[in-house]
This record gives sequence, C-alpha cells and structure tokens, in this order.
Amino acid sequence: MDNFFTRYRNETVLFGILFLQVIALATQVRVSDAGGFTGDPNISGRSSSTRLIRVWAVAVISPFQKLSVNSGSGVRNLWGKYVGLIHVRDENARLQEQLNELRLQQTRLQQDADQGRRLQALLAFKEQYVEKTIAAQVIGTSGTDLSRVIYIDRGYRDGVEAGMAVITPDGIVGKISRADRSTSQVLLITDQLSGAGVLLERLRLNGILKGTQSGSPEVLNVMADEKIEVGDKVITTGGDRVYPKGLAVGTVINVAPDRERDPFLSIRVKPAVNLGHLEEVLVVTQLSERSNAVADATVPIRAADMLAQRLPSAKKKTEEDGKKTESPEQSGAKPLTNETTNTTSPKPVAKAVSQPSKPAEKTKESPR
Amino acid sequence: MAQRSITREGIEVHRFSIIAALVIPLFALFLQASLPLRFTFFSIFDLPLLVTIFFAVARRNPLAGTLTGFIIGLVQDSLTYQHQPIGLFGISKTIIGYLASSIGVKIDVENPGSRLLMTFGFYLLHRGIYQALRNMVRMPIEFNWGHELGAALANALLAVALFMVLDRYKQRN
Repeated sequence: MDNFFTRYRNETVLFGILFLQVIALATQVRVSDAGGFTGDPNISGRSSSTRLIRVWAVAVISPFQKLSVNSGSGVRNLWGKYVGLIHVRDENARLQEQLNELRLQQTRLQQDADQGRRLQALLAFKEQYVEKTIAAQVIGTSGTDLSRVIYIDRGYRDGVEAGMAVITPDGIVGKISRADRSTSQVLLITDQLSGAGVLLERLRLNGILKGTQSGSPEVLNVMADEKIEVGDKVITTGGDRVYPKGLAVGTVINVAPDRERDPFLSIRVKPAVNLGHLEEVLVVTQLSERSNAVADATVPIRAADMLAQRLPSAKKKTEEDGKKTESPEQSGAKPLTNETTNTTSPKPVAKAVSQPSKPAEKTKESPR
Repeated sequence: MAQRSITREGIEVHRFSIIAALVIPLFALFLQASLPLRFTFFSIFDLPLLVTIFFAVARRNPLAGTLTGFIIGLVQDSLTYQHQPIGLFGISKTIIGYLASSIGVKIDVENPGSRLLMTFGFYLLHRGIYQALRNMVRMPIEFNWGHELGAALANALLAVALFMVLDRYKQRN
C-alpha cells in the first residue's frame, strides 16, 4: 500500500485535489426547478453571503489596482492640465456655439417636459428619479471574457450595496453584485448572467436584456412579427427595480429570428456605454418615487383648466362645476371632486380628472 | 533564486525562489485584472494560464505543477462574478499544471517552437475543460471555434516572448 502511494504520488495528489474541487463545486451550485443555473441568488436559492476566498483575493489585488489607476490618473492630469491646452481657445469658441444651440433646444424641451409632467399628474403617474449617486473609479476587471465583471473603488463603507444600479451619463453599465469594505464588484450588462427590463423606444415594446458571450447583449421576448429596425434605441423600463426608468441601454445592431425560441426575435444591441473603456461610473445609491403633482404647484394652472384646453367637450361643464365648488383654499386639483366630474363628463374623463387630488397631497418625495 | 539540477533522463530541472514563485503569479493576476481596462483586446490573453504552464514545465515536477495550477486557478476564480461557483478555473488549471509538468519531463520544452505548440495545445485544452465544467454546472456558454483558435495562437505567441523573460528567473548552477 505504501509502495502504491509512493509510486503514484503525483496522480494521487492530482485526483485528490480534483476530487475536492469537484465536491466543493457541487456544494456551491444549486439549480432551479427548470434545471438551469441562474445568476440571480433569489432564484437559485443561494445565499447572498460572500465566500472568504473572494474577499481575500480582492483584498490582495485591489490595492495595487488602485495604486495603478491613481498613478495613471496623475500622469493624465498632468498632461491634460499643462500640455494638452494648445487648442483650448478654438475649442472654447466651438463649445460656446454649441452651448447657445443647446440653450434653445433646452427651452423647447422644457416646454415639452412641463406638458408631459402635467399630463402624468392627471393620471397620478409616479416616476422614479435618481436621488443620490456616488462617483466611483473603475479599478479592475475579472480579466476574462468568461465573466464580465468590473471592480470599483467604493464599498459598503461608502454606502454601496448589492443590487444598486451602476450608470454613466451615456447609459447603464450594470449592477453591484457584491460590496466589500472599500471595493465593489459590478456585473456588466454584457455578462451572460445579467438581465434588465428594457423597452424599444420607437415601438414601446417591452423585452428582457440578456448578456451574451460575444459581448453584445440581446433583447429577448419580442415577437417575430414586430417591425424592429437596426438603429432603434433601447431604454430601461424601470420594471426590474434595479435601473431607473428611461436610461439609455443601447442601439439595435442586428435583428434575426431566434432559433432557440421560435416565435421570438433575437435582437442584438450595442451598449450605449463603451464598456471596454470605463474609467468613472456613478452608483445609484438612492432612488425616489415622485408623483408629478409637484409640477402643478410650480405652474399656475389648474388641472381642470388644462383638461378643458385639451378636451373642449368637458370645458363647459367643468367651468359650471368649478363655480359651484371653488373656494379660496380649493386651488389646483381640489375642485375636481368625484361628484363634480361624474356629473359633467363621460366616464373615462371623469377618471382622469378625479385622480389628481391624490398626488396633490403627496408632494413629498418618498425614497424607496 | 532558482536552482537547476539534472534528472536521470538528462533533462534540466529548475527551481525558483519563494519570492519569484509568489510575485510572478500575483503580478500575472494583477495584470490580467487591470490591463483589459485600458486595452480591451487583452482579455483574450490568459496570463495566469501561461504562468502556470511556465512554472510547471520549468520545475518538471507534476506535484508542484498540480499545486501551482490549483492555487492560481482558485485565485482567478475568486475574481469572477460573485454567484459563479469557485473551482472552474481551479480544476482546469490543476489539470493543465499536471500535464504541463508531465510533458516537461518527457520532451524538450526549452525551444520557442515547442513552446509555441505546447501553449497552443494547452490553451485549447484548458478552454475545453472549462467549457465542459460550465456545462456540468449548467452554466453553458457559447464556444466559438474561430475565436478560440485565434486566442490560442495569440496566447502561444505571447508565451514565447513571456517565457523568454521569465527564463531569467531560473538560476543556473
């Protein structure tokens, strides 16, 4: 026996180590009812705790990464502040021109936005706003295409938690999958285990964004008879409770029938953010849900008046009812009681008019 | 630093100092985790795999090769997505470490040509094992032959240059 182990020592050690790892692997993996692994800890039933070996590995590597990134930034700053200022005057003039154009554009957009908010207020529409973000520097990656994650230099001591959205001004990046003390791991939207609720902006079609091995995520669950075109914009729906609504996700680059899911399309998307060259990102640490009745308080127009402008058929009756019910303290949406509207307009209008009274009372932000 | 001895078959066996044995794999892991941030194409390289092969071949000791692959693989696993099981790279690199050191005992792996071929083959084998493990844990991923062959060639070319640099840390008696 002794001879056997001496003779086959290498092979014994090899199989011993492999056996231990396979057992360890088996204890880590849980499969869903459908028989597949999902990266979502809630679905697969795994706990959200972190294995110590991951913490150690990151603790060893991340200080060097931070040092490397910071020293790199120092050199770039030196270049940017002193050497790279040669054409700054021309650039400044060009930017000033651009700013003027944008100001005009902003005025137009502001009017549209105000109108949209007023209409949303009529429907007691609640919208998610990014309330608080913290800036973070990207310090590292997993180093392999087989797991598309990045590491940032902010952790739980900065208020970062697992599940928070990570964005840039260009669009969404991913979500926090783990927060250590001073670093966090971010699962990119291009990873095969990531997912997000998205909307094809032009057609207002909902779908699910999933990462792929190639790095171009695809939108699933869109029927084959939809007229999706290359170049269509994809934005977030907010329905996944991770990414705030309306953020850019990317642009459609390819549409083809999904071979694995027959009546559906496989829609490839080019991410809006260049995920290969990320330097700084924003972690959304707080979202708030506001009703747009806030907008009503700033605009001196009653909901009923606006409705009357938009729906001439309801104007006359609303004015009559306004005379009956209006008092000095009843401004804004208050005069429009259920009783009033029910007697003056058909049902769908009555519904729309009666709702603003609720959000008007709830103008305070309610962080989730 | 490293020491060299001759086996009965007449093949050189090298050793490395503890510092080199620790710093080189750690540096490789650091570069692998950092360089793709600035140079996206770098993620097709697998420096930890190349270092595993280098140490295994140079030491020509299957036990040491197995342990080197095991440790480097586990650390690499630790840097992947939080909910991905640890051990996928660990098992792949353990097998590669063992095989590389076993091959190192039998054939000459000091010249650039054999290093190129050996790394090319080991890269594909490593990806094959990893792919099989991903299927085993029901996390299948796409396997694109064209991409993998290109990546194998790129890694093999890098290995030739890298091994020449790392050869300096093998001390001759």
